[in-house]
Amino acid sequence: MSPAPARKLRVATTSLAGCFGCHMSFLDIDEHLFELVELIEFDRSPLTDIKEVGPCDIGIIEGGVCNAENVHVLREFRRNCKTLIALGACAVNGGLPAQRNHLPLSECLREVYQFRPGIANGQIPNDPELPLPLDKVRPIHEVVRIDYFLPGCPPSGPAIWKFLTDLIAGRTPRLTGGLLHYD
Amino acid sequence: MTKQFLLDGQPVPFEDGQTILEAARIAGHYIPSLCWHKDFAPHGSCKLCIVKAAGRHVSACATPAKEGWEVESNSPEMNGERRGLLQMLFVEGNHFCPSCEKSGNCELQALGYEYEMLTSRFRHFYPDRPVDASHPDVLLDFNRCIFCELCVRASRDVDGKSVFALTGRGIDKHLVVNAESGRLADTDFAKDDLAANICPVGVILHKREGFAVPIGERTYDNATIRSKKLKESSS
Amino acid sequence: MRCVLQPEVLVSALPSVPLVTLDDVLQRHSHDPTRLLQILIDAQEIEGWLPAPSLTRIAAALHIPRARVEGVAGFYSFLYTRPVGRYRVLFSDNITDRMLGNAELLDALCRKLWIEPGKVSEDGLVSVTTTSCTGLCDQGPAMLVNGRAIGQLNHRRINEIAELIRQQRPLDLWPAEYFSIDDNIRRRDALLDLDMPPGAALTAAIARGRDGWLAEMQASNLRGRGGAGFATAVKWASARNAPGAQKVIVCNADEGEPGTFKDRVLLNSFADLVFEGMALAAWAVGASEGFLYLRGEYRYLRPQLEAVLASRRQAGLLGTSILGAPGFDFDIQIHLGAGAYVCGEETALLESLEGKRGTPRIRPPFPVIKGYLGRPTVVNNVETLAKTCLVALEGGEAFAATGTAQSAGTKLLSISGDCAAPGIYEYPFGVPIARILEDCGASDTQAVQVGGASGMCLASYEFQRRIAYEDVPTAGAFMIFDGTRDLFDVARAFVHFFAHESCGFCTPCRVGTALLKGFMDKLADGHGAKADLTDIDWLDRLLKNASHCGLGSAAPNPVIDTLQKFRPAYERRLVSLDFEPAFDLDAALAEARQLTARDDPGAHLKTHEEEEK
Repeated sequence: MSPAPARKLRVATTSLAGCFGCHMSFLDIDEHLFELVELIEFDRSPLTDIKEVGPCDIGIIEGGVCNAENVHVLREFRRNCKTLIALGACAVNGGLPAQRNHLPLSECLREVYQFRPGIANGQIPNDPELPLPLDKVRPIHEVVRIDYFLPGCPPSGPAIWKFLTDLIAGRTPRLTGGLLHYD
Repeated sequence: MTKQFLLDGQPVPFEDGQTILEAARIAGHYIPSLCWHKDFAPHGSCKLCIVKAAGRHVSACATPAKEGWEVESNSPEMNGERRGLLQMLFVEGNHFCPSCEKSGNCELQALGYEYEMLTSRFRHFYPDRPVDASHPDVLLDFNRCIFCELCVRASRDVDGKSVFALTGRGIDKHLVVNAESGRLADTDFAKDDLAANICPVGVILHKREGFAVPIGERTYDNATIRSKKLKESSS
Repeated sequence: MRCVLQPEVLVSALPSVPLVTLDDVLQRHSHDPTRLLQILIDAQEIEGWLPAPSLTRIAAALHIPRARVEGVAGFYSFLYTRPVGRYRVLFSDNITDRMLGNAELLDALCRKLWIEPGKVSEDGLVSVTTTSCTGLCDQGPAMLVNGRAIGQLNHRRINEIAELIRQQRPLDLWPAEYFSIDDNIRRRDALLDLDMPPGAALTAAIARGRDGWLAEMQASNLRGRGGAGFATAVKWASARNAPGAQKVIVCNADEGEPGTFKDRVLLNSFADLVFEGMALAAWAVGASEGFLYLRGEYRYLRPQLEAVLASRRQAGLLGTSILGAPGFDFDIQIHLGAGAYVCGEETALLESLEGKRGTPRIRPPFPVIKGYLGRPTVVNNVETLAKTCLVALEGGEAFAATGTAQSAGTKLLSISGDCAAPGIYEYPFGVPIARILEDCGASDTQAVQVGGASGMCLASYEFQRRIAYEDVPTAGAFMIFDGTRDLFDVARAFVHFFAHESCGFCTPCRVGTALLKGFMDKLADGHGAKADLTDIDWLDRLLKNASHCGLGSAAPNPVIDTLQKFRPAYERRLVSLDFEPAFDLDAALAEARQLTARDDPGAHLKTHEEEEK
């Protein structure tokens, strides 16, 4: 690896409409985590419990955009991160949550809140605290500009490690030798 | 003296009537394709085999080789265009690899890997294309159709059944089956038909056979589509 | 005996009980699968659309797979596999119609009939929607009602039409002046001045012998008037030398290029010249069979064209031993298109003639070697064929004396848009754009779209350029835009046109035209960013390079030209110098807002990120 940057890079991560599987895969880089923490420090991330994203070098987004809150968080990340990465199938193309896209939103909500077995007199919630869902789940590149894409469901630990080490070392990341997978 | 043309600077011998793609593959040079099949006449719809021959963009599968031509194929420009065509195919359909039985054996996916397609770049169309599960042995998932017409051609020209055809036009073009009901069960389709075994993507799937091969052992888990196709042409 | 009515009559009679049965239609076309498109067109007259069981019956009767019938029925815009109104109103939607206010008239008609555009009224009486350019740009806004053309629409006429439809008045009883289509010939030259008795050109050509006639054609340097400009004599000679019997001459009257209508005028008032040209081609090539492929939008011309054919047969100008020349056997039949621009591409046209989906073929082989049903086939434009009469009468050299070095003869231009006198103008090749603008009374001209949607957009600094294959080639369209027009709207209209007309065969055109449409709409809706212009550029290049046929490679032309010459028209629509979402964020929440009855600030998203900071 080429010499590390003088200061640690600040990295934020989040999961939007995702399952945290990509974050789990991130942890699958195992002992490389020790190398990684020498090079980076975490800002907002499920790993740190920091709630607000601050100025960062790298932002990593798992999951697609399914509701208004996702849009706000994604925009916060874009504003604060010099480099923004789409991590995993859902961020890249909508993934599993986007499988609802061929159903009308009303059908989805009624199915969940009104017709599901065990629900009596259910109503679609209208609490302003709850973010409204978008009519379709979208990949994040349709909402903000994305610099890099790392597909996979999830991307493997080695793929994430290769990608990050490339990036930190100043190389344009490339997934070669079987590291690129869509599933 | 055999005739030859230059493919990315390498001499490729050919016989009269051979296309650029055929001659290249026999000589051990990979030009990608989706709609081309060695047993059928060139189709030329997917455009993945696009090359620059004597300065002009042509489909390598449909263009007869010419003596002395200089053909550009494996260049950043041509591969960039191929990546663009793959991105188009991905956004126009619903290609959700993690839930697709064809994943790991899918030519579209394998080409995505080959040309390092990391994002489908454009706005996804998310078309509404219902699945036809009416047939006892075969499932049709139109979400993944790339309109190569291999099933259309195989059913018509080999199986003699014409089970499939395309209707509609432009971006609304879609596959239909040979029945007034629109259901595959109402055709004479059988799982041993060539048409049931030729789909390069995950549209035509045999029921009760999904996910039989574990991840890691599927066709394109350990081989690139480049190496697989070249092996096929040399055998 | 049973009276078999012509479809044209049936359409206007609006029968409650069909006067023709499917069996009649199949009989009329000899149960011939190569006539599938013609069968579907006629079968549709029975119920106004093509119900699924009819497709099944047609397939069974022709012994072809039903899926193939469904494939063809689904390809053409004017074939309907779902019910449409008994009155089918289609507003022509070329940019010139838009400039004349067609959208407002469409809305007005829909309001008066209490219907939504694109939907059938509940009683099944009427449906109103748009269609691609109907070739009446010089007398727009225009519409087709059950296949019959009405021009010069205005609010008064729309009111009357709404009333006639409400009263269910048969089309034949509508005021005749509605259906009178003007030629609007404004400038005549060699061709339009020609007053030729039928047979005169043929007599001259036969006197020269087949070789002598082809030599005259070679000397004439006549090039194809459909736009591509291929040497006509070379095409004819290739077909003549091609192995195979029963050679075919096809007249391409699928004049679908937006803004072009000169073939309509030739077919309306100079049909004898066109048919004579086809016979001249047959004489040179040794062809026995001829087809006029008439675009569906011009089907109202069919009865009079059939009458011309009949009188030519009567006069011995068609049939066996034409004008007494032994072995010169040739006849012509008319095939209708059904709303598919791509069929103007000659190999797509041949597929359509064979009763298939109009998908362009792989070339080579070229049609002159393997064309209609694999037979050597010449496909020529209407104007090209008419011009061969001049060559036969005056000789090749005399013909070549007009025009420029590489463009012999004259060119018919279809002039429309912002000018005082739209219509047909015939000029010798080499005429400068500025001269044409002056002649047709155009002022304050900002741009001219020459050659239709697939042609070139010329800015005022290019008006000294000349109409000629070596400078500004054209199939004949000449649309004028004055200083009040927005060239982005023009380009966007053409992008919509190509997306609608793409056959969908190849990936770049099928998806690329749809993507391009999406980007142009994004800009038009006020969500554009600089990044979109980069993507548009990239799409333009891929369409141009990778498309299977000329439709796809020409589709980005309007955008390429206007981005280069009228870039501010795009830039002023951008709301960001960087990036804007691919879709309207707030609109994407609308359904959820409705379901939850919420309208609080949290139930909305700002579309432009700047506003959120």
